[in-house]
Amino acid sequence: MADGYIVLIQILNGVQYGLLLFLVASGLTLIFGIMGIINLAHGSFYMMGAYLAFSLTELVGNFWLAIVLGIPLSVAIGLALELLLFRRLYRRDHLYQVLLTYGLILIMEEVRSLLVGDDVHGIAVPALFEFSIRLTDTLSYPAYRLVMSAICLVMAGLMALVIQRTRLGMTIRAGANNREMVELLGIDVGLVYRIVFAAGVALAAFAGMIAAPVASVYPGMGNQILIVSFVVVVIGGIGSIKGAFLGSLLIGLADTFGQVLAPQISGMTVYMLMAAVLLWRPAGLFGRV
Amino acid sequence: MALTALALYPLIGDIFYLQLFAKIMIFAVFAMSLDLLVGFTGLVSLGHAAFFGLGAYTLMLLSPQYEAASLWLSLPIALAVAAIGALIIGALVLRTSGVYFIMVTLAFAQMLYYFAIQSKALGGSDGAYIYVKPDAAILGWRPFDLGNRVHFYYVALAVMVGTYALLRTVLRSLFGHVILGIRANEQRMRALGYPVFRYKLAAFVLAGALAGLAGYLEAAQYGYVNPAFFGWQESGSLLMMVILGGIGTLFGPSLGAFALTLLQDFLSDEAIFHGFHKHWLLSMGLFIVMAVLLLPRGIGGLVLGRRAPEIADD
Repeated sequence: MADGYIVLIQILNGVQYGLLLFLVASGLTLIFGIMGIINLAHGSFYMMGAYLAFSLTELVGNFWLAIVLGIPLSVAIGLALELLLFRRLYRRDHLYQVLLTYGLILIMEEVRSLLVGDDVHGIAVPALFEFSIRLTDTLSYPAYRLVMSAICLVMAGLMALVIQRTRLGMTIRAGANNREMVELLGIDVGLVYRIVFAAGVALAAFAGMIAAPVASVYPGMGNQILIVSFVVVVIGGIGSIKGAFLGSLLIGLADTFGQVLAPQISGMTVYMLMAAVLLWRPAGLFGRV
Repeated sequence: MALTALALYPLIGDIFYLQLFAKIMIFAVFAMSLDLLVGFTGLVSLGHAAFFGLGAYTLMLLSPQYEAASLWLSLPIALAVAAIGALIIGALVLRTSGVYFIMVTLAFAQMLYYFAIQSKALGGSDGAYIYVKPDAAILGWRPFDLGNRVHFYYVALAVMVGTYALLRTVLRSLFGHVILGIRANEQRMRALGYPVFRYKLAAFVLAGALAGLAGYLEAAQYGYVNPAFFGWQESGSLLMMVILGGIGTLFGPSLGAFALTLLQDFLSDEAIFHGFHKHWLLSMGLFIVMAVLLLPRGIGGLVLGRRAPEIADD
């Protein structure tokens, strides 16, 4: 029976990691699908979120309040970056997008180092959820991880609602499908770009914030999640939210079970999965060739 | 003229700069190999460090603990390992294109990075030392000694010039014209009956082997390898050298390698920046961002003016 619970714990961990990845990867895939921009700095927004959560919690003394303050701050930073840098990239070759966003990673990493320093920090799990759910005499599962998964699911649901049911969502879907046509129809594409970019930044930052209590806050934390998010986007198909969702869960579970079943090569599991998907469907599960 | 200056430099230069310039010339080889993909075939790879790392780690594995590996044995093996790695990875990544290609090449390099970190045989995250430099002796005759800094400098110079000549020849051959045609219009080349995939794969393998050569030399120069050789910082700064130097030219990437390494050396100089040198990456990041916004054709574009090729906007 204990074995069943161990598997259950791994599944919960995998799903939780996958849902967290989805928050980052969905922004990445939308920014690419709609704005045509490959954003290497997306992982840095995740890092920024985690550090915002850390600094603001220190400042105001409450984790939830820190998140409430951190989100508008992230949106503002996203809008400022769009205005200053990304706006100039829409018509440029991918090569320059890669280069500029790579430069942005270096800048954000050093600004972080100047402002907060290079130490590893931890954030206490919010008191409300600082308990574990007992499964057997020896096994238990931390409640906060379940809360994280629930929050991510709510966010995913909200996103689906906005994209499927609102006028803005319609424009976004149309934009991902055929950008030129949307422009020709007289829709203010610039406004849509700004909204999508700021939302993507905020989602990644939010993921960093809620992950901070379990993942701790450390330099370079954005790069790891960026590359895994790339794998998610490649597996799911660029521009596809549905693909990003399925890809995230797949990667989350593959990574978690890889660590248990094949610890020697656990770092490579997700990439092998990607290679397999590429052999089978080069444009990803939901991508168009 | 620049070449003459480089050839004469060891007569006057001090040891520190001799080493730095040798390193830069190794990176020039690495950057030219990437430009074969990015500038000439139109494949933007963000995982080129994979093959650099393969070349470097092959030398490490072939070096006995306290003896020298034979240069003439270990170098061809290192090149072969990098080329075979490029063949396997290339066969997979070339199924994709555009932005997928960027992400997938990055992911494969990252896969090797994690493999190097987790493998005990490869030294794990600390990396491993190569205590004795490869021996260039053939049948008792030793034409040069890689342990000698001046000799190493000239070897690096010769390899850089050799790579330049090789790529120049390749690009002037039919093969070169075909890959340039692929960059300009892949559909058309396919319609003309060229097996586009095979040409791209061949370019990928050649670029991979040359990156392996650079990795081998880098490992030999410092006697040290670590997983960062595979890292995406390596690929990223390399791409920067190519683009800033001037993409789609052969001397551009070398120029970029010189400019960027010297800039890095300058920005991280404690004597000039007093304490702020620790944050040299900030200045580097700002420099890159400004360069992208202000110099669409790279440094090479400044020199060549309008003759420099510009990447077509999509």
